[in-house]
Amino acid sequence: MSATTPSRLEKIIAAGHLAVTSECGPPRNGDPEVVSRKAELLRNHVDAINVTDNQTAVVRQCSLASCIRIKLLGLEPVLQMVTRDRNRIAIQSDLLGATSFGVHNILCLTGDHQRFGDHPTSANVFDMDSTRLIQTVRMMRDEGRLLGGHQMEEGRPQMFIGAAENPFADPFEIRVLRLAKKVAAGAQFIQTQCIYNMEKFKLWMKQVRDEGLHEKVAVLAGITPIKTVGMAKYMKNKVPGIDVPEAVIKRIAGVPKENQAEEGIKLCLEQIEELKEEEGIMGFHIMAIEWEEKVPEIVERAGLFPRPAVNGSE
Amino acid sequence: MIMAKPKKAEEIISRVKDFSRVLVAGCKGCVAICEAGGQKEVEVLASAMRIHFSQIGKRIEIDEVSLSRQCDKEYLQELADSIDSYDAVISLACGAGVQFLTEMYGEKPVFPGVDTCFIGVTEEQGVWSERCQACGNCMLGETGGICPITRCSKRMLNGPCGGSENGKCEISLLVGRDVACGWHLIYERLKKLGELERFRRPSEDKDWTASRDGGPRQIIRKDVRP
Ligand code: SF4
Repeated sequence: MSATTPSRLEKIIAAGHLAVTSECGPPRNGDPEVVSRKAELLRNHVDAINVTDNQTAVVRQCSLASCIRIKLLGLEPVLQMVTRDRNRIAIQSDLLGATSFGVHNILCLTGDHQRFGDHPTSANVFDMDSTRLIQTVRMMRDEGRLLGGHQMEEGRPQMFIGAAENPFADPFEIRVLRLAKKVAAGAQFIQTQCIYNMEKFKLWMKQVRDEGLHEKVAVLAGITPIKTVGMAKYMKNKVPGIDVPEAVIKRIAGVPKENQAEEGIKLCLEQIEELKEEEGIMGFHIMAIEWEEKVPEIVERAGLFPRPAVNGSE
Repeated sequence: MIMAKPKKAEEIISRVKDFSRVLVAGCKGCVAICEAGGQKEVEVLASAMRIHFSQIGKRIEIDEVSLSRQCDKEYLQELADSIDSYDAVISLACGAGVQFLTEMYGEKPVFPGVDTCFIGVTEEQGVWSERCQACGNCMLGETGGICPITRCSKRMLNGPCGGSENGKCEISLLVGRDVACGWHLIYERLKKLGELERFRRPSEDKDWTASRDGGPRQIIRKDVRP
């Protein structure tokens, strides 16, 4: 895979390095400092920073504005975009706005249903889904065309296109087919749902390889450190699509409360070590939810520091 | 069929409490079958209202009627002679019936007696579920006869999303009942039909002009016009 966009993330992957991304959740207010602070924490330790888009359908500072902020700090944002809240007009408009600020990575998502969030009675949009969003970005980038047919003479998006995939959702058999579809649509990297069930994940990776998809798309393994046993249980029972095996809960519960966070970090370091050996894993997406300050430590202890420099990245 | 559910009697009563002659008009079409607005429900509502008003010592006359349909002028016409003797009408038809009645008898206040919910089926007695959103552009032929627009909470065309668990949609947790994941159903069905290859193709954008997004809809067919 050779890089075709100015994306630093793409260049890292194309150069054969294990990529490291992390994410930053904007605040539920207009404070200008929060995103900057979170991004600065990650400055030297990750290749790109995802900015979540009203995650779990809770209203937050907008992803695009936060990406621009991160870009202006000289860092590399990944614009997360859900199709829940935007029709194809707003989607393309935001993509053009992002392009004008040199945002070079996008993660195409459908988004959690709005009933999960803080405005459960609102309408939703879902004019298209994530797969179609991937295709849309690709068309704008590669053909310079908008969905309505307008040909852009200049100012095409130059984006490295990503998608999410959840190997733990059902039906399991369809997950790789679905990934194949996203790849056919134009996805170049995948950030997975956070992994706790290693066995199932590896089974999924095997199917990914059997389909030859690992050669077409860079899989970044999703890693989320567990802070407390309460968090593990919450994710198991309350968050659809997250698979936390009983053994993981037992392990965290098995240490005194004050050591649970460290145990969680250890667990995720072991996972990273194990996954480095897994053929087709091209990097890690470390999502330390409301625990961003731990990411540098994880990156260092996982032997993923310092981050490589790449030529020509902005 | 169009599914509806009865509105609370209190809401209806509060709308008509200041009138002295009220007609409760049912419909023998869809709303009768889903037991929300047929003759039986007309009787139940009218008696509840009579009891209520007599308890508070208010004289109000309540009559009952049930039309074959309220979405056809022909049947609405049956009210032409009697309508003037009422101050208001409570229609237990679907929203279309309520509006058509309103259009026909412009002077009369008409109030809805049911909440019109969806196009659906009777799964078992007392259980009705949605099956169609009338998007105006049927794609059931592509999806194994199961509608992703209706049965996927995110009307995805390339699902299932990452929230599908054990055949259930991610919203199940929130709505307090098991909602089948539409895409799980589609997958199982395509597998059974040996048509999983269909699933591999990314969809086109859906043309929503034939749906509510295109504005109020109308069908004009020259072949059946007089
Ligand atoms: S769980 Fe299934 S039905 Fe629910 S939103 Fe996801 S794909 Fe659609």
